[in-house]
Amino acid sequence: MSSKRTLFQKVWDDHIVVAESPETPAILYIDLHIVHEVTTPQAFSVLREFGLPVRRPDLTLPTLDHSTPTTPVSSYEDLLVAGVSAANQVRQMEKNCEEFGLDLLGYGSGKRGIVHVIGPELGATQPGKTIVCGDSHSSTHGAFGALAFGIGTTEVGHVLATQCLLQRAPKTLEVNIEGELPDGVTAKDLILAVIGQIGVNGGTGHVIEYRGKAIEALDMDSRMTICNMSIEAGARAGMIAPDQITFDYLKGRPKSPKGSEWDAAVERWKELRSDDGAEFDKSVTLHAGDLKPMVTFGTNPGMVVGIDELIPNENGASFKKALNYMQVEPGKPMTEIAVDIVFVGSCTNGRLSDIKEIARILSGRRIADGVRMLVVPGSELVKREAEDRGLDKVITAAGAEWREAGCSMCIAMNGDIVKPGQLCVSTSNRNFEGRQGVGARTVLASPATAAASAVTGYVCDPRIFS
Amino acid sequence: MNPVRRIQGRTVVLPNRDIDTDQIIAARYLTTTTKEGLGQHAFHDLRFDKDGNENPDCILNQPAAVGCSILISGNNFGCGSSREHAPWALLDYGFEAVISTEIADIFCNNSLKNGLVAIVIDAQTHEWLIQNPGSEIGIDIAAGTVTLSGGRSVDFAMDSFARHCLLEGIDQLGFLQQQSAAIEAFEEKRN
Ligand code: SF4
Repeated sequence: MSSKRTLFQKVWDDHIVVAESPETPAILYIDLHIVHEVTTPQAFSVLREFGLPVRRPDLTLPTLDHSTPTTPVSSYEDLLVAGVSAANQVRQMEKNCEEFGLDLLGYGSGKRGIVHVIGPELGATQPGKTIVCGDSHSSTHGAFGALAFGIGTTEVGHVLATQCLLQRAPKTLEVNIEGELPDGVTAKDLILAVIGQIGVNGGTGHVIEYRGKAIEALDMDSRMTICNMSIEAGARAGMIAPDQITFDYLKGRPKSPKGSEWDAAVERWKELRSDDGAEFDKSVTLHAGDLKPMVTFGTNPGMVVGIDELIPNENGASFKKALNYMQVEPGKPMTEIAVDIVFVGSCTNGRLSDIKEIARILSGRRIADGVRMLVVPGSELVKREAEDRGLDKVITAAGAEWREAGCSMCIAMNGDIVKPGQLCVSTSNRNFEGRQGVGARTVLASPATAAASAVTGYVCDPRIFS
Repeated sequence: MNPVRRIQGRTVVLPNRDIDTDQIIAARYLTTTTKEGLGQHAFHDLRFDKDGNENPDCILNQPAAVGCSILISGNNFGCGSSREHAPWALLDYGFEAVISTEIADIFCNNSLKNGLVAIVIDAQTHEWLIQNPGSEIGIDIAAGTVTLSGGRSVDFAMDSFARHCLLEGIDQLGFLQQQSAAIEAFEEKRN
């Protein structure tokens, strides 16, 4: 074996409890397990059935995000806005955390939020860690040089009980982004372009490492947006080597190392980069300078075009079915598509920088008549930070709704839904059929594109507001 | 988990590619706190229109699909979310196996852990299966073969540990717990 290792291999090697063999997968130790109400109740039931405790409550970070209303909650009745079964799921999570001695970042904690937003902002997400959650967008945490991936509920049970997982080593895929992003082109546009290029199955079986000048230039929020959508290319995880930007972000966060431990941690973290000459199983390169704002036209994130382009045409029943569902025609410009709803939020684009970006465009403007715009901060902390800067005022003055933190219309489990046939420009990550509600038509876009579309009432190139 | 050694059944074909987990089980059915009863919601928005009426064009609603236990789908089945509700729903609906040319990682993992046999097969055999819905086929887990109606048999690959767990009905949590000495040693070394 070559002594030159990739970032992935370094983190993987560091967590091997028992090495893999042809007969058995590796036993991989997990440093941080983030837990939410939707994918865990059945796992807690298994622990109960076998009389098992949670092995490491100190490495377990539970919160409430998917089934929570985006209206204020101070009682059970308030939870019912999201429906009875959603409210009961939240209650069940509260009970499970109490029974198993877990410190739930729930109502009243001031720290509740989307699993992939709170891990980083609390400083729990750190370079070199293995991080899992019963949620496919766990890949987000890879922006810090962690190995982070989504698991199913059975595996949630494995981690709760043993702090370990059975895993085969995935392959590695290098995604190299050369050059500089042009003005008005964001991380969301970049990752949509990557998925458009490699396809929604382009990363299957692989962990992606994003590298190159354009990646190094990005702030942490943008890096999280990129790694978040790795799963939309089918990849197990996405990673970016930590650097000074990463360390500056983490310094002083509640769960970050302190004092001399901080200095020692940074020294360790600096080793976390692919060695020169380390080999990847596959490699692709994109040139950032060629990119423009990107939007999806179909029903998966790989069906994407530049905002000033025409809807393409392809043969095949799946493609035709997608266009039929979206009620769009090949050869027509994207910018002629009228908008009913604009959703800004999610673990892809629900952080402070995203809210700042839409506020920049909404400032002094009104959203178009007949358009509903929902702005949902990714966490209670993001909400407070935005309000401290007065961004909520800018947003409501423009005619948009400023809501409580959670997943909201990204997954439409909490009563925030797009009605049948309505078109929603969304900063989230999935435009699957029915994702935002039965018959909902989703156009994925950056926060800037979403805000510009809210103002004009049509899918809109945000560069006119730069 | 009960051992799964052989599956014999008829196929139903959903030829579209990239059938995601939201199509298999929509998010609005995820507010349950148990695994049971999800089959009624499997492929809901394919099977029913927005007013809840049965969609007669959906293959799953046609008489030929009744009793079919093997799902043949287009490339990249099960992409999207990590929800284990997807295999739970398919099993509860009556499927015992899913065959495609590519199956998304997390879905495949979740399926095998629940005894839903998720199999990737060569493109030529796949094309034959797509063109011949309702075929009676057999899947032999130990041999790693799919036997088609004419008696022709083709191989499929499966991770050896996943195969072993299926054949013996092994609970992987129990397997991990047996390693507790190694886990403790690892934790001590790191502290
Ligand atoms: S915001 Fe959307 S994608 Fe992210 S964790 Fe919530 S539901 Fe999943």
